Amino acid sequence: MSKNLFEKVWEKHKVSELSDGSTQLFIGTHLIHEVTSPQAFGMLEERGLKVKYPHRTFATVDHIVPTNETKEPYSDPLAQKMIEALRKNTQYQGITFFDTSSGKQGIVHVVGPEQGITQPGMTIACGDSHTSTHGAFGAIAFGIGTSQVRDVLATQTMKMNLLKVRRININGSLGAGVTAKDVILHILKELGVNGGTGYAYEYGGKVIDNFSMEERMTICNMSIEGGARCGYVNPDAKTFAYLKDRPYAPKGVQWDTALVEWKSLVSAEDAHYDDVINFEGADIKPTITWGINPGQGIPVDEPIPTIKSLPVELQSSAREALEYMGFSEGQSLKGTPVDVVFIGSCTNGRLSDLKEAAREIRGRKVSPHVTALCVPGSQIVAGEAEKLGLDRIFTEAGFQWRQAGCSMCLAMNPDKLVGRQLCASTSNRNFKGRQGSPTGRTILMSPLMAVAAAVTGKICDARELFKDEG
Amino acid sequence: MKDKTMALEKITRRTGRAIPVPGDDIDTDRIIPARFMKCVTFDGLGEYLFYDIRKNDDGSEKEHNFNQERFHGATILISGNNFGCGSSREHAPQAIAKAGFTAVIAEGFAEIFLGNSTQLGLPCVILSHEDRLLLSVSVEEDPIQEITIDLIKEEVRYKDGSLPLLLHASNRQALIEGRWDPLQDLIENAAEVDKVASKLSYVNTAG
Repeated sequence: MSKNLFEKVWEKHKVSELSDGSTQLFIGTHLIHEVTSPQAFGMLEERGLKVKYPHRTFATVDHIVPTNETKEPYSDPLAQKMIEALRKNTQYQGITFFDTSSGKQGIVHVVGPEQGITQPGMTIACGDSHTSTHGAFGAIAFGIGTSQVRDVLATQTMKMNLLKVRRININGSLGAGVTAKDVILHILKELGVNGGTGYAYEYGGKVIDNFSMEERMTICNMSIEGGARCGYVNPDAKTFAYLKDRPYAPKGVQWDTALVEWKSLVSAEDAHYDDVINFEGADIKPTITWGINPGQGIPVDEPIPTIKSLPVELQSSAREALEYMGFSEGQSLKGTPVDVVFIGSCTNGRLSDLKEAAREIRGRKVSPHVTALCVPGSQIVAGEAEKLGLDRIFTEAGFQWRQAGCSMCLAMNPDKLVGRQLCASTSNRNFKGRQGSPTGRTILMSPLMAVAAAVTGKICDARELFKDEG
Repeated sequence: MKDKTMALEKITRRTGRAIPVPGDDIDTDRIIPARFMKCVTFDGLGEYLFYDIRKNDDGSEKEHNFNQERFHGATILISGNNFGCGSSREHAPQAIAKAGFTAVIAEGFAEIFLGNSTQLGLPCVILSHEDRLLLSVSVEEDPIQEITIDLIKEEVRYKDGSLPLLLHASNRQALIEGRWDPLQDLIENAAEVDKVASKLSYVNTAG
């Protein structure tokens, strides 16, 4: 049988087999940010090591940046200390840093593709689990810990165990009002939060083929929520068109050479997979979470499952989730009031997400008791959105229009839930306390569903609210 | 630079008292909430381990094993399935280690957490659901007993017997050979690294 993309990329980047049987893998592109890198730079310093390939590491600041203040020093001195540490470390080591003054700063997984740094056939690592996002381009991209950030800085390699590959086909087509976010929430609901342990996920099928690059990024982004260390889509004409002429994409003859190589990496028709799973696009509905992990999802028009209908191994988690969320088994979430709506994050903070949300929010008003935030994924996304007037559409509707960053996805900056607030969120994790309040609650959903929640002030089916529109 | 590479401990067993942390899918946000990661070193993280599991909003203590004196001094964590899922933050295993824990027993681990922990010399071993329950119940009843995680014999011993443990072969090898921090091995292959790099067009044409 022929090889899949993962196997081909792995082979090209394999340096050696280590004594314990694992692989030393070359990491072609390394992305860093302020939270998980300072300790790694400290470890290098301790050992007297320099960064081996400084031109293959790119930095930005995203987790701690406030989204409503521009002046430094920031009101949070710890945040200020972290951004300054990154400035110092990148300058000392000769690493490109997309700082807040660059006009290119943003969430690391938005910036990489936007700059054309992310390319097919690369191995990419970043001290952030959502690095899987870059797989949308046919890269093999891993989230890593800080000691591995150190390893990559010092050697441009890291230690990895080989993964199996599971092909996930989304066949047919999606119904109206069903988006990429619904597809990945559906996959997580069906395969579970640890179903992907030991696997790379290769996404394919007609639905994925028809997706834009930004939709593919939304899918790959949440691979890690399914336990898969990485997720990817084979590169195609859309991938190449997206990359062409981006700042870090190859140019001229190098572009032509790259194209030939990228095409050669695509999984063969008869490629080997360790597992294949098929979903029908038509079976996927707007999907939301009801619990405390991203696999605890339901179609919006179905009730929360009863405990006894769940497999035994999921029952105790489900009980814990219901208690935390204050929901009951068998309850429908339609009509549940929300306190906060958050549109943004590396999952859904790109221009297409904001356009989709703006299309529906135009001429409508955010429900008076709802706090609604729209946080663009990068300064470039913000700039493009503002050029299109999206910022005005959002603010006229009652949304707060913020500056780029991770914001309320993980609430390391001042954007946090308060108390037991319930948030309709386009982010990727509904863990207990994730959005900054130890008792805060999150319902994950698509931007379209989040807009519907903002307008009505409660969980509702976006398809019903927006049905009269094209 | 070379004299910095002290030989690493060969980790063949961990012995100590244990504490059960009930629940499946305990994510790294719960192990160390993001608000405690505003730091440029890992120092002091142990203090915030499982903060929101241990404490209420007002700082008072919740009812949890961590707040019971009978579990004080435990050095081995016992938890459910998919432990350490979510964020790749190494702050999670760092907080566990800095709080004085030397090993984790669970029914399963998320991969990034497992890799991060192994690289710190914090063994993470898997027991079957049934065996994990047996162990947790026994520890709840008698928290003073000593548990031994034996990586050579691949078993967990407790007062009522021994339970077979699972551990990824390469992780086990790395721990017992004292090669769990791979940096020196990675550095020593520099010539091979450059050879691979030289064949990658994107590494050579950019920058």
